[in-house]
Amino acid sequence: MASKILVATFTQVDDMLRAVKQARREMLRVYDVFTPFPVHGLDEALGVRFTRLAKITLIAALTGLSFALCLQFYANVLDWPLNVGGKPDNTGLAFVPISFELTILFAGLITVGSFLLRAKLFPGKKVWLAHKSVTDDTFAVVIRRPPAEDVHQRALALLKECNAANVTEAEADL
Amino acid sequence: MDKLPDGVADVVWIEGSPTLGKVTADIAAPMEGKPGKLWYFLFALALLGLLDLLAMATWLVANGIGVWGLNNSVGWAFDITNFVFWIGIGHAGTLISAILLLFRQKWRTSINRSAEGMTIFAVMCAGLFPLLHMGRPWDAFFIFPYVPNQHGPLWVNFRSPLVWDVFAISTYFTISLVFWFLGLVPDFATLRDRAIGKIKKVVFGILSLGWNGSHRTWHRYELVSLVLAGLATPLVLSVHSIVSMDFATSLLPGWHATIFPPYFVAGAIYSGFGMVLTLLILTRQSMNLQRYITIKHLDAMAKVLLLTGMIVSYAYATEFFSAWYGGDIYEKYHFINRATGPYAFGFYLMVLCNVLTPQLFWFKKLRQNVAVLFVASILVNIGMWFERFVIIVVSLHRAFLPASWGMFYPTPVDIGILVGSFGLFFTLFLLFIRYMPMIAIWEVKTVVADQQHTDAALAHAAHAGEGSSHGK
Repeated sequence: MASKILVATFTQVDDMLRAVKQARREMLRVYDVFTPFPVHGLDEALGVRFTRLAKITLIAALTGLSFALCLQFYANVLDWPLNVGGKPDNTGLAFVPISFELTILFAGLITVGSFLLRAKLFPGKKVWLAHKSVTDDTFAVVIRRPPAEDVHQRALALLKECNAANVTEAEADL
Repeated sequence: MDKLPDGVADVVWIEGSPTLGKVTADIAAPMEGKPGKLWYFLFALALLGLLDLLAMATWLVANGIGVWGLNNSVGWAFDITNFVFWIGIGHAGTLISAILLLFRQKWRTSINRSAEGMTIFAVMCAGLFPLLHMGRPWDAFFIFPYVPNQHGPLWVNFRSPLVWDVFAISTYFTISLVFWFLGLVPDFATLRDRAIGKIKKVVFGILSLGWNGSHRTWHRYELVSLVLAGLATPLVLSVHSIVSMDFATSLLPGWHATIFPPYFVAGAIYSGFGMVLTLLILTRQSMNLQRYITIKHLDAMAKVLLLTGMIVSYAYATEFFSAWYGGDIYEKYHFINRATGPYAFGFYLMVLCNVLTPQLFWFKKLRQNVAVLFVASILVNIGMWFERFVIIVVSLHRAFLPASWGMFYPTPVDIGILVGSFGLFFTLFLLFIRYMPMIAIWEVKTVVADQQHTDAALAHAAHAGEGSSHGK
């Protein structure tokens, strides 16, 4: 389901930000912006909803914590109580370090895993580049090509006014 | 202009305001050209060390750990000293990448990648020692709780600090590796898109996971980095605290001390920064990256050395004070023995390197002198190795009963494995700086873009305020 798009490239961050803001004000559909580094202020300009990944971290951390506590309690108290220097089997304090480590391990790995899933990043993925140097020094704004010709012309004028280095039409799955 | 607007850099960390394209080209250059003679020389040296490690480890496994100088009095010596030493080295990497990220320290961007790499290689070196100390490394999995299980007691003893250590180090290694790899993904994409050779294109293509610079991905990516930094920060503090509990939970004079966890963490950061400094001075000279790893970066690291060095010195003093003030005769004897006994040279070397050396960094001239920094960074490493040696061997060799006192003398295998671990470390590090971006390209770009923004803002302000006086 490829859609028709306009790819406008910029060499300056400020021009790109201005273009995104104006395009959205003109009710043009800005799909995404491709940049060599995370640009601050683009979240607001692009209207990106804040990611919910942090909630997953919390759930993962609690999972890790419960797993560690259950494992230690089961092993040391229920399954095979071992007398070490006459200390009680259920020594909560001694369980702290491992519970802590597993909390971190679960939280970290599951957060990164969810990020890769959500962003659809995996080895062997066929990469689609908006412009050949978006990972180097170019900022590419991807806008839906307006079906109406007059809107299209207005979009081109707007991008040009914002110092777009180049505007091309393309088709892509986004 | 009275104040710079928010989010505008006020210190220039990257010299000469390079363009974004120039940043990519400069950092990728060492990977695309042939390395200099210095690299080949160091790599040959490191490979020799690695061969030495392989030979010594084979000899050790074939003959048992009797080939080390261990005996009934001193059952832990070079092995555990090296283990704690290498784990400590690793801590600077996480500190730079995680804690300085949380504090939004811009200077970390030039050094974090190599420091994180150093962490991973150092933890690999560290992991080697408990493994070898087991004598039968193929049974190492006994230390993990697993089912089904037919070996003696069904579970590991979760109340033992040695088991805590296994969990701490494995978690530390895993999280550091993931953090490092995640940071590399955008840079792998950059390299993929400029690769000319087919093999490089394919390899970087796989490693970059299809990264295309989408802002929606960047947005999530930044949050995940922040979350990982937030998790790694308490993790790094916990790891060396748990390592110190291997000692502190025993009753041995010299080990049985409540200050061990913070003392070890400060020492770890101190030694780690020492190592980072050594490595960065070598790489910036050999890879032509002086513009990115500037004197200011070295200066900032020297300040961290001064701070952590003084925390360590304070801990040394506290140990002596509590031994005297506590009045326990064994403790008292231990500290007299530490300063006047047969291993006193180790103690004085440690004081010289860890208490006196960092005092040089009060002076800006010395903090910004590369030769002084290089020598000092090596001294720091020597000092921190001896600190662990003093804590471990001196405590063990004369504990409670004079009848069971003894001496430890390292054998050639002890020394060979210590030297060999440096071989492993440097082999990995040299391969890393040759084949991977040793400076985080995308992170440096954020700093460069900020600087350009500042320049523009200042120019604008100067233009607007012509005629009126305005200081910064």
